[in-house]
Amino acid sequence: MNRPTSQAINSPVPVFAFWVYLMSDLVLFASLFATYAVLKDNTFGGPSGAQLFNMPLILLATIILLTSSLSAALALQAARLGNQAGTLGWLGLTFFLGAAFLYLEIAEFSKFVGEGHGWQTSGFLTAFFTLVGTHGLHISLGMIWMLLSGVHVLMRGLNRHTALRLGQLVTFWHFLDVVWIFIFTIVYLMGVNQL
Amino acid sequence: MKRYAEIRRRSQTKSYLTGYGLSLLLTLAAYWSAMARPARGWLLLLLLAALAVVQLAVQLRFFLHLGKKSSPQWNALVFSFMAIVVFILVAGSLWIMKNLNYNLMNMPPSATEKTIIKDEGISR
Repeated sequence: MNRPTSQAINSPVPVFAFWVYLMSDLVLFASLFATYAVLKDNTFGGPSGAQLFNMPLILLATIILLTSSLSAALALQAARLGNQAGTLGWLGLTFFLGAAFLYLEIAEFSKFVGEGHGWQTSGFLTAFFTLVGTHGLHISLGMIWMLLSGVHVLMRGLNRHTALRLGQLVTFWHFLDVVWIFIFTIVYLMGVNQL
Repeated sequence: MKRYAEIRRRSQTKSYLTGYGLSLLLTLAAYWSAMARPARGWLLLLLLAALAVVQLAVQLRFFLHLGKKSSPQWNALVFSFMAIVVFILVAGSLWIMKNLNYNLMNMPPSATEKTIIKDEGISR
């Protein structure tokens, strides 16, 4: 506790600063959502969402992401209890579920592109690939971070530094879950129920 | 003291599980609504939007711990500010772009005005 950095770690400033970053990221997603909402009917002779989406797979991806959010929360909980093996185990499960989600998303993208419905087809598909792809990019970066966080815990053990970073990672992951809920609702569920 | 901390941790795990159960239930309800279509048109979209908002509340409450006494009040304040920014951004874009479509119609302004009045159901 006498380390010079301990005061900085104890203060809620890094937690708050990270929250401010997340909120600015929310504005990025809001602009992409607005772009999607404006362009969603501009299919330019190409297929609409209702013709493209494979809904059971999207439901599966959603459940996988929700479960990964729970396992991330349980990893943090294990860290609070000082249970290093539990932390790494839950983190590993979260990573695995994130990879499964990403696999489903990439499979969906490559299927669309393979069928000739790439992002250059129409305004709708440009907005779709940008919005969903940006979320997927965040998931990928979150997984790299998760890997680094796991190595960090493995090397340094559970202390205030590793716990703080773990807390930020888990908050980031929950945030991506929230963004996905809106992609699920606005892009997919509303996409197959056009007015 | 240690026992109290133990109970608190257990209740937190329970709160995570409750949040997970609720979010799964809401996801399945939203999926069922979109596929089985208990309502039509705007009513269905409104139902889906309502389910998403409840889901958002569940996620914020159970996983991001917003609005709890233990979490910093600043987080909730910044979140509220961002909610306003997001609303202006999304609603404003849609409002502007919808009217832009009218402005791109290939007809004289007087005819455009008549079309808007007819489309929007404005009575004078």
